Amino acid sequence: MNLEISDKCTGCKKCIPVCPFGALEMKEGRAEVNERCTYCGACVDVCPVEAITLHKTSAENKDLSSYENVWVYGELTEGELAPVVYELIGEGRKLADSLEEKLCVALLGCGVEDKAEKLIDYGVDTVYTVDHSRLERYNDEYYTESFTQLIQSHKPSIILLGATTIGRSLGPRTSARLKTGLTADCTSLKIDKDKQNLLQVRPAFSGNIMATIVCENHRPQMATVRPGVMERAAPREDARGEIIDFEPDFSHLKVHTTLLDSQKEQKSEVNLGEAEIIVSGGRGVGSEEDFSLIRELAEVLGGAVGASRAAVDKGWISEDHQVGQTGTTVSPRVYIACGISGAVQHLVGMENSDIIIAINSDPQAPIFQHATYGLVGDLFEIIPLLIEQLGQKESSSGANTEQQEKTG
Amino acid sequence: MNIVVCIKQVPDTDDIKIDPETNTLIREGVESIINPYDLHALETALSLKDRLGGTVTVISMGPGQVKKSLKKTIALGADHTVLLSDRSFAGADTLATSYTLACGIKELPESDLIICGKQAIDGDTAQVGPGIAEHLQIPHITYVKEIMEANEHQLTVKRETETGYDVIKMELPGVITTLMEINEPRLPSIRGILRSRKTEIPVWGIDDITIQKEFIGLDGSPTQVVKVDTPDLQAEGEIYEGEPENQVEQLIKELNDRQIL
Repeated sequence: MNLEISDKCTGCKKCIPVCPFGALEMKEGRAEVNERCTYCGACVDVCPVEAITLHKTSAENKDLSSYENVWVYGELTEGELAPVVYELIGEGRKLADSLEEKLCVALLGCGVEDKAEKLIDYGVDTVYTVDHSRLERYNDEYYTESFTQLIQSHKPSIILLGATTIGRSLGPRTSARLKTGLTADCTSLKIDKDKQNLLQVRPAFSGNIMATIVCENHRPQMATVRPGVMERAAPREDARGEIIDFEPDFSHLKVHTTLLDSQKEQKSEVNLGEAEIIVSGGRGVGSEEDFSLIRELAEVLGGAVGASRAAVDKGWISEDHQVGQTGTTVSPRVYIACGISGAVQHLVGMENSDIIIAINSDPQAPIFQHATYGLVGDLFEIIPLLIEQLGQKESSSGANTEQQEKTG
Repeated sequence: MNIVVCIKQVPDTDDIKIDPETNTLIREGVESIINPYDLHALETALSLKDRLGGTVTVISMGPGQVKKSLKKTIALGADHTVLLSDRSFAGADTLATSYTLACGIKELPESDLIICGKQAIDGDTAQVGPGIAEHLQIPHITYVKEIMEANEHQLTVKRETETGYDVIKMELPGVITTLMEINEPRLPSIRGILRSRKTEIPVWGIDDITIQKEFIGLDGSPTQVVKVDTPDLQAEGEIYEGEPENQVEQLIKELNDRQIL
């Protein structure tokens, strides 16, 4: 692999700001590449005189044609199919139709037959079950072993997993064993019609850029998707799938981990996923104490409190409030972003909100490009005014209802 | 107990902004920091060492500037550090990165426990920890929020789940990845700072470790970035400016008119 800048370079500097890694510098009137280069190719397209070339080592021509069908990992939580499985079936169906291949689910567990039948109702063509007493509770070692054996025996072309605790452990372990690629937290998936490759789009470079990633010379192509990102599949009338059972072989497996206990924990009352109104605070809030202002506005509106990663990283508010690619994906009726600049990684988590209200002192903040309504100014001036006005409104409309009830 | 901590140097994400004129990243003045999750991984290692004795070695892969981050880990109390740095390591995806780190770890004196942060804040993949474990053929536990028991042969931890936590026992050697809530990282000591100033960070290139060249760098990476897009920024909404009172008034009127609230 090599990045070359030929003497065609005119020193126009167009490539310099495009590099996400700051790997290009001007030296003696020409662009030069330094050690920070990761060969992402961002500079190649932007060069007006085609002076930059990326030499890739010729791709191995492995026979990948024996790999076919789109698989979804049928994650179980407490014995039930995780909600994300239905979302992946919805997305997987589109990919399978586009490839004219089958949509299948890999279902690992103990006593899973009824779940397999339920999956058939959702239009899954084949459910591969691995039904074994060792799989009663999730264990990385037993699950990776059986999942890998199942994959090797049926050779899927694509595997989608939920980016859950289990998916983010089983996924990388399995892909490393298969020596294939895994793209985390995809926000969009498509098939490249020419090459039949899976185009995996995800925020990259700290969530400031959307990157399209392919896994061209390896199969299966594996991807995780966060819960709440894809549209849930609906049950189908014409459902007609089959169930195929697979017997895993654990005879050579040495297991080093044991699940001793599983506890439920009250995670606090944060329920961002279902909130109708969310008031979120970001870096501009400035401190843990000042987050009370965000809470107060949320309370007046009867909404939930969200936060950007900047606020969570600074320790002003706990991680379960985080909205964004790394946190929760939300789509409330109203989303109020206070002091949030709007990195892509935050935007992808809230852009489907019906109404977005942004409050920020920087008129250039990217959040304003996505806002239905934007207020440019100091949030410490604006929010108290909002609390005052909305508070009045709430109490007056409350009074109205009361009156109506009395008269009615 | 001999512990290896893997760290990544990342851009301080808050600082990255997009130039609205050119739609490209503004890189000037972007600081590099140790991935915040990795500081908690290091603290986990240091406090285990405080209790059980042994050594803490910090390893990283990246360009020469990562030495600065490794020096910081010495100031915090790490005994040894090593940087894997070579042009041929560049462009690695998570599989090639975890393979390269695993090869580096194999060159170190035998380690009982390898600790990574849950994920890096620039990529958010959480894939390198489990990947290292697979390449080393040892078990792993992700999302560790508490170490309940530890000795040189085994570890019992709480692993966070969507609904609560699992208690898992692991025979060592093994890999864990840690959440931020596991601990509060310590501050550097004066002694540590002085030591870090005097320490030369060893740098290992491709010829210093046993590694199969076809599995490293961009060429050893199954996944490749084929296209990068800066997000399409098209303002559609209504932006109010001026006196806060006026702005709030306009907004409330609009919200009332459209019966939004």
